[in-house]
This record gives sequence, C-alpha cells and structure tokens, in this order.
Amino acid sequence: MSKVSSPQAASLDLSVPDKSKKSLLNKIGFGFLYLILGVFAIIQIYPLVWLVFFSLKTNQEVFGMSPFSLPQDPQWANYTKAWTSGNIGLYFFNSVWITILSVALTLILASFVTFAVTRMSWKFSGLVLGLFLVAYMIPLHSTLIPLFNMYNSMNLIDSPVSIVLSYTAFNLPLTIMILLGFYQAFPREIEEAAVMDGCSIHRIFFQITLPMTVPVLSTTGIINMIYNWNEFVFVNTFISSDKWKTLTVGINNFVGQYLTDWGAIGATLVISIVPILLAFLFLSDKIVEGMAAGSVKG
Amino acid sequence: MKKVMSNKFVIALYTLPALFLILALIYIPIVLSGYYGLMDWDGIGQMTFIGLDNYVTLIQDKVFWTSTWHSLLLAIFSTASLLLYLAISLVLASKIKGSDLLRKIYLIPMLLSSVAIAQLWMKIFDPTNGMANKLLEMFGVENTPVWLADPAIALFAIFIPVIWQYAGFYILIYYAALKNVPDEVIEAAKIDGASALQIAFKIKLPLISGIFKVTVMLAVVGSLKYFDLIYVMTGGGPNGASEVIASYMYKEAFKLNNFGYGSAIGFGLLVLCLVMTWLTSKLTKSKDDVQ
Repeated sequence: MSKVSSPQAASLDLSVPDKSKKSLLNKIGFGFLYLILGVFAIIQIYPLVWLVFFSLKTNQEVFGMSPFSLPQDPQWANYTKAWTSGNIGLYFFNSVWITILSVALTLILASFVTFAVTRMSWKFSGLVLGLFLVAYMIPLHSTLIPLFNMYNSMNLIDSPVSIVLSYTAFNLPLTIMILLGFYQAFPREIEEAAVMDGCSIHRIFFQITLPMTVPVLSTTGIINMIYNWNEFVFVNTFISSDKWKTLTVGINNFVGQYLTDWGAIGATLVISIVPILLAFLFLSDKIVEGMAAGSVKG
Repeated sequence: MKKVMSNKFVIALYTLPALFLILALIYIPIVLSGYYGLMDWDGIGQMTFIGLDNYVTLIQDKVFWTSTWHSLLLAIFSTASLLLYLAISLVLASKIKGSDLLRKIYLIPMLLSSVAIAQLWMKIFDPTNGMANKLLEMFGVENTPVWLADPAIALFAIFIPVIWQYAGFYILIYYAALKNVPDEVIEAAKIDGASALQIAFKIKLPLISGIFKVTVMLAVVGSLKYFDLIYVMTGGGPNGASEVIASYMYKEAFKLNNFGYGSAIGFGLLVLCLVMTWLTSKLTKSKDDVQ
C-alpha cells in the first residue's frame, strides 16, 4: 500500500509547505484507501449488474458484443419467457409458503424452549439447552442419508412436510442461541409481577413475553427466511416432482435445460434473487443485525 | 410464584416439541449414519451387515482422501482470506464516510442462494462469452483458460465465488466487533502518540481476537461441509478435480445408490468436522497464550 503512494508523496514534499503537507498526505492516503474499498465494492456488485445486462440481451448481443455493453434494445420478452415457459410461478409460490410456515414454526418452538430454559426452574434445563447448542455443530450432510431413509419409510419423500420439518429442526439451534441472549438481558420483573397477580403461565408467555421479544423475533425471523429461501440440499434430495419444488432447485433444473439461451437463464436468475434484494433494500439494518448476532453467538 | 414457574407439565409442553424435532432429525440420524456405515445397502433393498468393511475401504479410498484434501484446501484458503477481510474492516471501521453503504454492498452476495451464485459464475467462467475471459482478453491475455473444464484450475476457479459470497459476511462481523472497541481506549492511545497502525495492531486487533477465533472456526467448519456451489457448478468434476467430501458422499449415495458406503463417508465428514473444531480451538488458544 505504502509503496504505491510514496512516489506521489515524495513529489509533493517539494512544493507543499510543512503544515498542509500532512493533511494532503492524509488526503492521498484516504483517497487510496477509498479506491481499494471502492474496487472491492465493484467486485462484489458488478457480477450482478452484468447478470441484469445479459438477462435483457439477445444471444447475438451476448455472443457478439462486449460483455460490458448496455443492452441495446432491452429484451423484456426474456422475462415473460422465463416466467411462463417453466414452472417458475409455482416454484415461487412453494418457496413463499414453505419459508413462511417453517419460520413461524421455528420462532414459536424456539420461543417456547427459550422461555422454559430462562424463565422456569427445573433440573434438566442446562442439559436440554446444551443439546440445542451442540446440534448447531453437526454438519447436515452427515444426516442426509438417514433422513432420506426415515422420510421414505414414512411416505414423506416428495412431500413438503419433510422440507418444513427439516428446515424447522435445523434452524432451531441458531434461533435459540440468538433468542437466549435477548431473554437473558431482558428484565424478569414484569413477568414476576404477572405471576403475583395470578396470571397463568400461558398468558404470561403469549401476552407478555412474546410481545416483548418482537424486535429479536423479527431479526431472527428475517435470517431464517433468507436461509430457507436459499436452501438447496434438502429440497434437491427429498423432493422429486415439480409440484413441490422450491425456487432454488426449480431454477437449477430449469436453467440446465436452456443451456445456451443466455437471456432466459439470466431472467430466471434475476427473478429468483429479486425478492431477497427487495427485502434487503427495506430491511437492511435488521438483516445486518441478525447476521452479526447469529455468527457471533455461534 | 415458584410453583407456577416450575410446573412440570408446562415445561414438558414447551420443550418437548422442539426437543423431539432435533432428536429425531439431527441426533438420531447422526447415530444412524454411523450404523448404516456398517451395512452393505443400496437404499431400497435389504441391508447386509458387513462389519467395518466400509470404513476399511474408506481409509484406503484415494478419492476420499483427495476430496478431503480439497476440502482442507478450501479451509486453508478461506482462513487466509479472513486476513484480507480484516484489513478491509479496519479501514471501514475507522470512521470514514459511506462505510455503512459499503458494508451493505459487500454483503449482497451473501444473501443470494448458492444456486443463483453457481449459475451466475458458470456464465462468468464461460470460456467464450464469459465475463472472466473477456476481461482477460481486454488485458491482452491470449490463451484464456477454460476455467471449470480444466482439471488443473477447476477447484481454484470455484474458490473465487466462494470468497465472493462470504466476504461481506466476515467483514460485517469484524466491523461490528471493531465498533465495539471503546472510543476512550483509542483516544488515550492517540494522546500517548500512537500511530494509526500501532492502534490497529496493538489495540484493536488484540481486542477482537476472540471474534477472530470464532470466524476461523466458522471458516474451517463451513469449508469442510461445503457442497452447494460445487455440486451445481462442476458436480465434483472434471474427473474428480473439484470433488469435496460432501459432494463425494452425495454422489455415492444418491447417484450410485451406495447408501452404506455413503453413510460411512458422511460419518467420516462428521468426525473430521469434530476433529477440526477441536484442533482449531486448540491452535487459536495457544496463539492467545503467546500474546
């Protein structure tokens, strides 16, 4: 870093008086750092821009012209083609309801457990919590074959039930980890007062604790949503008919069939990532917060 | 009060559903994976007990060890790239304008599905029309590589989108940790005449070493079980050049119907993950002691 900037700095030494030299040097240093950060931002974002470009191009344009050129005559037909000629609409719908159902199940079950572990007193609470936390370390690929066999014997292969159950189980550990920090930091006085007033435990949970934890529930909910929306292995392994495929697996098979129609492939991929990008546009702070919380606790 | 909060029926009602799920779908399958590894089994027909045969084969299986080496290479590569992310985060967190926006831009690839990333990068690596080779041509490179079709570089070509995908995630973690370093400490160092570099290396980095260990662990274990991108982009090919443990297990079980042997590989993956977790925590601990 310093090697690159030093020649400029040396030449400046001659012309600039002592006081402002430092600030100018600072400015050059800062400019250089900004340049690095900016280049890195371009590396992160440009492949997606390129994707949007070629999703709007004809094959002639993709093959004949610079990949950095704007689409000359935007081919919106690529999008109608992608949406209508496959089952993208159906996959999209499956992704939506499977994601929502799994996230709802995960959040309510995780809240139950966290409430029982942090607010109620019982002998095995530490052990039970430990079981959830250790499960986070287990690679899901090691469970695939037994899970496949288990679902197969229960006739749940090629059924969305297997997907919802798997998503819920595998998201519970991380969700409980994040909730745990929040519950532990939260004052118990309100709940204790409610007990004094003769409130039943279910009412405390549903009418006091759950509403109080809405901020952390929304954060973990969004993180879970992203994970489920993007999940690939379970659906690819347990689902074989188009009827229940989600968007990730659906587009993977679908794109494979096109082979050389770049426009349609690009349009399909853009359709699959737009919901996540929209969510990010509106909820970026929550997403950032959730990702940081989840990783640091893990 | 105590009576209400230790109601056994309520405790069972609240914990058993979730407990049942993780036992049935995570813990029991792990045990079964080891057990199925003792069987000769095609996934449909009768299981035949063959003792440790699968595990003996596994230990002598060249493909398994090559795949393991590839997974370890990815782990080494990912861990090394953490230093780059750390450097970027140090700059980002040093109160510069626009850091919030930049940090969010960096994170975008992390939000995409591995399938979308894999399909996109397959296009980028397309030998004739892809962005990678067009860019190389612009810089005057004549013999442009065929990327994913070349056994010598396919694995490393896949590492690029992996890094691309996770960069923002690690930067986000480091940024959050660096922002938690109290301002007073830094101000005090400045008054004592410490330079920006000294502050970075002597104060900020030691203070976030705990988080750094966590990310090393995440990178190592995450690399060992890496699967999606490789499965979509090359399927482990060409000719096993990019095979990793998880993709090898998947191929044996779900393509070749060797469920017994696949389970043994899966169990091997679990053992490797646990060993590496232990090893990583051991290594990062001793590093801390030196400090």
